[in-house]
Amino acid sequence: MNAKPVIELRGIVTRFGATLVHDGLDLTVQRGEVVALVGGSGSGKTTLLRHIIGLTRPAAGEVSVFGAPLFSGSVREQRMRRRRFGVLFQHGALFSAMNVAENIGFPLRELRLATDAEIANLVALKLSLVELEPATALLMPAELSGGMVKRVALARALALEPELLLLDEPTAGLDPDRSMAFVELVLSLQRQLGLTVVLVTHDVDTLAALATKIAILSDRCIVSCASLEETMELDHPFVDGFFRKPFGLRAGVRSGGAR
Amino acid sequence: MRSPEIATDAATVPGTRGLVRLQGDWTLRALAQRLSTFRQQLAGRRDDVAWSLNGISRLDSFGAALMWHAWDKRWPERIEIPENLRAIIDRVAASAESPLPRVPRFNLVDAVIVLGSTLLSFRDHALDFTRLLGQLCLDLAYLLRHPAEWPLREISANVYKAGFKAMPVAALVGFLIGVVMSYLSALQLRAFGADIFIVNILGLGIIRELGPVLVSVLVAGRSGSAMTAQLGVMRVTEEIDALSAMGISRTIRLVLPKVIALTLAMPLLVLWTSSVALLGGMLSAWLQLDLGMAFFVERLPQVVPLANLVIGFAKGAVFGLMIALVACHFGLRVSPNTESLSSNTTASVVSSITVVILIDALFAIATRSIGVPR
Repeated sequence: MNAKPVIELRGIVTRFGATLVHDGLDLTVQRGEVVALVGGSGSGKTTLLRHIIGLTRPAAGEVSVFGAPLFSGSVREQRMRRRRFGVLFQHGALFSAMNVAENIGFPLRELRLATDAEIANLVALKLSLVELEPATALLMPAELSGGMVKRVALARALALEPELLLLDEPTAGLDPDRSMAFVELVLSLQRQLGLTVVLVTHDVDTLAALATKIAILSDRCIVSCASLEETMELDHPFVDGFFRKPFGLRAGVRSGGAR
Repeated sequence: MRSPEIATDAATVPGTRGLVRLQGDWTLRALAQRLSTFRQQLAGRRDDVAWSLNGISRLDSFGAALMWHAWDKRWPERIEIPENLRAIIDRVAASAESPLPRVPRFNLVDAVIVLGSTLLSFRDHALDFTRLLGQLCLDLAYLLRHPAEWPLREISANVYKAGFKAMPVAALVGFLIGVVMSYLSALQLRAFGADIFIVNILGLGIIRELGPVLVSVLVAGRSGSAMTAQLGVMRVTEEIDALSAMGISRTIRLVLPKVIALTLAMPLLVLWTSSVALLGGMLSAWLQLDLGMAFFVERLPQVVPLANLVIGFAKGAVFGLMIALVACHFGLRVSPNTESLSSNTTASVVSSITVVILIDALFAIATRSIGVPR
């Protein structure tokens, strides 16, 4: 395959009214990387993710995905490009009028390529991939627990065999046990399917377990995009607040020292 | 991305089998272009030929499922396949073995159950509605004892939203209906030389009947649906639960203001719409029958007793009360999914219009000897 970066953001500028959210932001994600976007609340992480998906457009700058600008080419080409990535929204965004199996099979059915038998087969496969019982297939989204919603949403994001997976707060709202299990699930899928993953998270454990690179969004720019070890070396107020303090506290709690 | 290919080597020696070689990327994206061709070429040849999958550079689960189903869910007798691809197809095969549970088919017992639950849901609605009504009465009693807690701001906001903002559309519809009624009646009346009775027809018809019903249908569609949707979304987003958690009565805060506001605003809207409709009728009568406007205005109170205006007013208040109650009833029944929101909003509008017309019939019977000159 080509060596072009999967995602390339160049000089992104985003404004909401008078506030400048991003100012000349650059970010490059190579194939096979797992990049975690971190930053304070309101620093524009989710907005950046929405730029990559193409739900919003930056005021200036260019978003390129798979080596071509996101909005270039014919409608058909744009649509094909979009099918190459799967998105896991923060609250799952499952279609509440459909049951789990219909939700997962929906993108496949919309493509009108697979037969019913193949769709049923693939849905069963995705369900087992995210470690859910076949019996969940008939449940409605309203009947699922938070962790199950995330798993079903992940299965749906994987339905079209994406090369790029975008996760918005994948572990928010899960207890530590489930969140760790979910992280392991994403990690094993990433290895199995050779996915490129971009995730937005606040959770240090998630990011330590998953990310190969950490992109820090601060002062309207990506201030650093490096591995966890390199990031920890960094001298930046955000790194101090985000990594050192909580880590220190946690380490203390684990050793039973801190009160 | 390498495009997928099927290469066939014909059998060289009679009696031996041909070889089918699959090459390139067998992924959803690559296959999408010529999928039906591939499906045809793969189908029904499982054991007739030998297969070689060594040339496949990428295989995803869609491609694997395609092959597996083309092979009728069994491995071909002769196949050369690298281990990593075999694992992918094996996973697909395993999940084909454990199929999803099916939605049971609809049968006679289900039909009985549906019928029964429909009947029971009527009972549910009646109970819920009574409960809501009772709660509102209790709230009113409470508010009479604690006058400081009247939700006056909410009431005035609702009067503005459901009443004032409905004035332009109500006027437009009223005016046009007035014109149409006057025009059609004028054609008939002129044939009998009874031009002057247009005042009676328009006066009685609009003030007593058409005005209130017309406004009710408009308001049910406009404000009733909005109330249901608002309460419904507040349920979906747990805002109503948040209110309860703060110890704030949801009926006093959300339902009562809507009910009171609509009960107050509807008679005024009826008055407004009826006046505009009469204006339209008057204009049309003037143009069609050459009936002077001043004459129309002078004649109106002589032929339409005041009781009709009172009946129109009363109808407006009762209709407004019912529309708001029905809208809130359905709004509070919404469960947290989009399907329920849409079905409850539909049910709200349909029921409130039906209820309005039923009550209108009751009014017609109850007031049959009042205000009709003989």
